[in-house]
Amino acid sequence: MLRELSEYMGVSGGEQRIRAFIKEQIKDDVDEMIEDAYGNLIVKKGKVTALRILLTAHMDEVGFIITGIEKSGLLRFATIGLAPQVLYAKRVVIGEKAIPGVIGHKPVHQVKHEETEKLVETKDLFIDIGVSSKDEAKKHVGIGELGTFCTEFREVGETIFGKAFDDRIGCYMLMEVIKKTSVPLYCAFTVQEEAGLRGARIAAYRVNPQVAIAVDATASGEWPEEKDVPLYPEIGKGPVITIADRSLICDRELVALLEHTAQKHAIPYQFKKPMIGGTDAGAIHLTREGVRAVAVQTPARYIHSPLAIANKKDIKAGIKLLTSSIEAIAQKESQWS
Amino acid sequence: MELAKRLCDTFGPAGREGAVRELIRAEIKDYCKDTTVDRLGNLIAHIPAKRKNAEKIMLCAHMDEIGLIVTHVDKKGFLRFTNIGGIFKERILYERVIFENGVIGVIGVETKPETPERPRMDNMYIDIGAKNRNEAAAMVKIGDIAAFCEHAVVLKKRLLAKALDDRIGCYCLIETIKKLKSHKDDLYFVFTVQEEVGLRGARTGAYAIAPMYAIAIDVTDTGDTPEASKMAVSIGNGVAIKVKDSGFISNPVVKEQLVRYAREAEIPYQLEILEHGTTDAAIIQVVKQGILSGVLSIPTRYIHSTSELCDWADVDATVQLLLQVCKRGLSPS
Repeated sequence: MLRELSEYMGVSGGEQRIRAFIKEQIKDDVDEMIEDAYGNLIVKKGKVTALRILLTAHMDEVGFIITGIEKSGLLRFATIGLAPQVLYAKRVVIGEKAIPGVIGHKPVHQVKHEETEKLVETKDLFIDIGVSSKDEAKKHVGIGELGTFCTEFREVGETIFGKAFDDRIGCYMLMEVIKKTSVPLYCAFTVQEEAGLRGARIAAYRVNPQVAIAVDATASGEWPEEKDVPLYPEIGKGPVITIADRSLICDRELVALLEHTAQKHAIPYQFKKPMIGGTDAGAIHLTREGVRAVAVQTPARYIHSPLAIANKKDIKAGIKLLTSSIEAIAQKESQWS
Repeated sequence: MELAKRLCDTFGPAGREGAVRELIRAEIKDYCKDTTVDRLGNLIAHIPAKRKNAEKIMLCAHMDEIGLIVTHVDKKGFLRFTNIGGIFKERILYERVIFENGVIGVIGVETKPETPERPRMDNMYIDIGAKNRNEAAAMVKIGDIAAFCEHAVVLKKRLLAKALDDRIGCYCLIETIKKLKSHKDDLYFVFTVQEEVGLRGARTGAYAIAPMYAIAIDVTDTGDTPEASKMAVSIGNGVAIKVKDSGFISNPVVKEQLVRYAREAEIPYQLEILEHGTTDAAIIQVVKQGILSGVLSIPTRYIHSTSELCDWADVDATVQLLLQVCKRGLSPS
């Protein structure tokens, strides 16, 4: 299942293939399934009473959108959640027809010396689908079509390689939680997280939960560093609990509950470096009268690029942490509702 | 000024407002019908109207202050950190900080020749006196939040303290509650959380109450210090009635009512236009169908430093004007 979730295309605003896949996989395990106006897939499992727990994972991935076609047939594009430095010479696919292309650039022989000093910008890049004119290009690709990297999923032992781990790993974890748990709950597979936590806001308004956990992927910090500042989190060392990031300061009691649960069940865990990034929990906790929220993330190297690396042990431990934690929450229903 | 001093000295960075909330609750609970704490931690005190069909008015001030959060503990026991809210990095060097558990530290800086002349926050560290990582880890862990630990002092009729932003606003609301003799409308006094990280508590608080009107009480900058940027607000010249700031334009009806009440009750006031910065009112105004909002500001020097300065006459004027608002309501008559 991780292979399909990684390889299928679902850039922000174009999550339909992912949604259809998830629907098919979980339809027998849930009691209700709603697709809202913006494409969030919201499911209910079990008989939810006073306490409404919401787990979310976003279906969308980073990518790009076609903004123009040159006379030469080369395509101009804008990025969604991507830095231009990771684009150079990468293989891509565009649109529902999955037209293959490559991100083109000036060849090294023609780059002026002073240009080598400067970081590449998106405006210096274009997508080449191997055609020679605008008319020919228009037969394959239109303005506004979305594209992503062409990356094959691969696994070696417990290590997995692929694109879109942010946040298809979260989608996978939610699907597993739905299958495994007996706790009544809502799950939302959200859209447009990478474009600004948009789907989650709408989904949370609909579900109106008291407690929410965003399940996402986070960048691990394993690159060499000169100073004595230990970098973290690391892949293989367990799921990552957020204390505070740019989008929210997590509910203290939920953080404590996750930590306590992990310790009780001997699940490895680590903390996220504070005040970096943001997740759907940021949008969710400000919904309606406020929602007590936290984020649980799987560490992955090189997210927001064509290829990320993660560890299946972290995913399994994360699923265990989630199922055990929602059980602990449900046991003290009156405290949380 | 004792209560104001205590409020300022209490620990309460964004997300860690518990001690401030308990202090305020103890002060006001006997004066209110009920005091509740919502899911994000806002303290909401309700004083109902005696008449039917009264309007709801929300009066709010934020409990949180700026702070620092620990990101690393190194081998020698020094802590690396980043900011919670708008910290001016040039104002914090060698300041003392305190953690919720009472651990105290001082902010130091790298001194290699290649350290930038204006050091970044990642060139700085907190020294809590630990000998090594193990010793430090027993005192503080990643994600722990610190506040500055300057104590409040009174300078003649002025108050010098950390966290005047916005404990002085909280103080004004507490005094209003205590001095309230007559009120027209349904009053909700909301002490909000997490203003400094993005006006977060005010948003959910306003949603829950859904008032017709809201007034935020907060501090504002002044233009009255040597060679200051131009701004027509001075400390000691009265409560500042906000016209606009960088995130908010006051509802003209609300603003006019505030000016009229100040004039009629002979309360000293000044009009405020703040070019950089905003308050809880900026988010409250767009909650639900829109809430008619205004702001009363206490002019304050050195905002977001460890020693902020305000004038007690302005605090009195703010309380007086709030009492007028409670007495007369905000609807144009």
